[in-house]
Amino acid sequence: MSEEKPVTRRWLLMGIGVAFNAIVGVAIAVPVIGYLLSPIKKKGTYYKWISLGKLDQFPEGQTRLADFVNPFERPQDGETANTPCWVRRVSADKFQVFAINCAHLGCPVRWFPQSELFMCPCHGGVYYADGARASGPPERGLFTYDYKVANGELHINAGQMPTLADQAKLVTITGKGKSPCLG
Amino acid sequence: MSRLKRLYEWFEMRLQLEGPVKDAALHPVPTKAASWWYVFGSAAATLLMLQIVTGILLALIYVPSGAEAWKSLDELNNHLYLGWFLRAMHGWGSNFMVAVVLIHMCQVFTFGAYKFPRELTWILGVFMLLMTLGMAFTGQVLRFDQDAYWGLGIGASIMSRVPLIGGPLVNLLLGGPIIAGATLSRFFALHVFVIPGTLLLFTALHIWMVIKLGINEWPMPGRIVRRDTYVQEYHELTKKDGIPFVPDALWKDLFFSAAVLAAVAVCAFVFGPYGPSGQPDPTIIQTVPKPDFFFLWLYAVLAYLPPSLETPFILIVPVLGICALVALPLVAGEGEKSWHRRPVAILLLVTVAVSLGVFTHLGTFTPWSPIMDAWSSDPVPPKMIHDVSPLERQGAVVFQAKQCRNCHSIGGTGGLRGPALDDVATRLTEDQLIRQVLQGGGNMPAYGKNLSPPETTALVRFLETMRPPGHPPAVDATQQEQKASAQP
Repeated sequence: MSEEKPVTRRWLLMGIGVAFNAIVGVAIAVPVIGYLLSPIKKKGTYYKWISLGKLDQFPEGQTRLADFVNPFERPQDGETANTPCWVRRVSADKFQVFAINCAHLGCPVRWFPQSELFMCPCHGGVYYADGARASGPPERGLFTYDYKVANGELHINAGQMPTLADQAKLVTITGKGKSPCLG
Repeated sequence: MSRLKRLYEWFEMRLQLEGPVKDAALHPVPTKAASWWYVFGSAAATLLMLQIVTGILLALIYVPSGAEAWKSLDELNNHLYLGWFLRAMHGWGSNFMVAVVLIHMCQVFTFGAYKFPRELTWILGVFMLLMTLGMAFTGQVLRFDQDAYWGLGIGASIMSRVPLIGGPLVNLLLGGPIIAGATLSRFFALHVFVIPGTLLLFTALHIWMVIKLGINEWPMPGRIVRRDTYVQEYHELTKKDGIPFVPDALWKDLFFSAAVLAAVAVCAFVFGPYGPSGQPDPTIIQTVPKPDFFFLWLYAVLAYLPPSLETPFILIVPVLGICALVALPLVAGEGEKSWHRRPVAILLLVTVAVSLGVFTHLGTFTPWSPIMDAWSSDPVPPKMIHDVSPLERQGAVVFQAKQCRNCHSIGGTGGLRGPALDDVATRLTEDQLIRQVLQGGGNMPAYGKNLSPPETTALVRFLETMRPPGHPPAVDATQQEQKASAQP
């Protein structure tokens, strides 16, 4: 260890060498950050209208399981590209399409037509037929997809796994909602 | 000079490793520290080596592709010589590694080994624990089955709760909009390159510091750690009462490591590999996803938190916990090491251990989850519908058909989400039963829309039979009062 380090020509050159490496490194690395962040897209980019099939598979007044292939499928996805959802046909032209994912932590909810409840096997979230939260840890109702009817088929706007951060809409509880027997 | 010796010297002349290796091997350790309590660190390192070797062997076959991973695991399990055994060794090795790392941490904490000058050794160790857990989680994802798929769903849902950047974080975690091939590929990169690379580097530094700073001496009540005198005192101790690390202390490490390896092999042989469970096909919704053993406690905590506390809890508590662990040696770097003089530390350790144990136990039978097929698979015990009226019997049918059984047990079977109903008639009157069924509440859904009045009547009549013999039915105190005051 020297007591004082005079700035020699060689120290200066080494300093420049370090700076040169830093500049080249940053120039190469910064665009690569874009590569790492490429799964992040603008809101709505991960949505596309897709068909769930003919309307007559969904009888009025019933809730049926449907599935679709994710519109952003890649060859290596295999069966994970398939996505299920629950379709509730309220009336001839009124539907509710619920995501399969529980609003709590994303587990697959199951429909029980006898008690008209969705139940989640993970932490016990329960929802009513209209998707409203009935009990358990979820802080909201089931996620829904936008839908439209075209050419006798039911189309939904889907593609992104619904989570609390996504713009999936809150199920609005209209009318009697939670306490159906109260006047 | 024998040929062997000449060969050795040829290498040594070029490598020059003899000096540093001898220094490390013969450095003196305090006699009392050559203890069976000090074998867990080396066992963790041995398990890390086992995981690397078995991991490489599995990587020869495994295909990190969403479409093919499950099939390659199936091939390993069923079509390759000893493929199942290597998967089992890797899976059990991971279980043992998490366990041994945790025990090592408890021992080091109890013995005050994180104090000056070993603060950095502890801090690196905290990150090594996190990486070990990271390896366990990413490894569970590579076992690309239903549990892995829905486990990722839970991970993504937790990420989505981060304020402002939750959405982008979900896409970053999944590598796209959904859990799919891209997700598996990035977890493969984490599990095989990023985390193990960092973990190996940290392990090397951790062991380097253990050798350079010397192993922690056996704590004695009253032997206080002070920054300005500790190093000198430690050297005097090892000079006065020290033994060379090799062979006096190492033989215990070797015995224990071999025993742990043997235990992993026995478990692997007897219990076999973990899964894979069903194929990662999200359209198969008849599944009850569950995390691996070491995350069961977290699974349980997530079930019990009230909704309003959940997001702050999941996002803040882990950060606080890690900060506390990292800050521990910096805050409490001096003072007593002996557990006899550190009651708060020991109580804290016991509290954390008992809490983790209780939550893990709860996680094994998930009392908070409805049992999805209880209504169709657990019949009403015949003695409950013996000697009852047709209406009450009809109520038992309603009870089963409306899936009440999924959350309420009778006769010891059924869900545990709601209270067992074997004695419900001793707790609730007819009016209260009707109200509870129709309006729900107390974490029960309202059934008003789903039950016709005759069904409700039948169900409540059935529930009113539910009381052990000799127990009076519940009475409403206000009704009795009204009745009494109505009488002249």
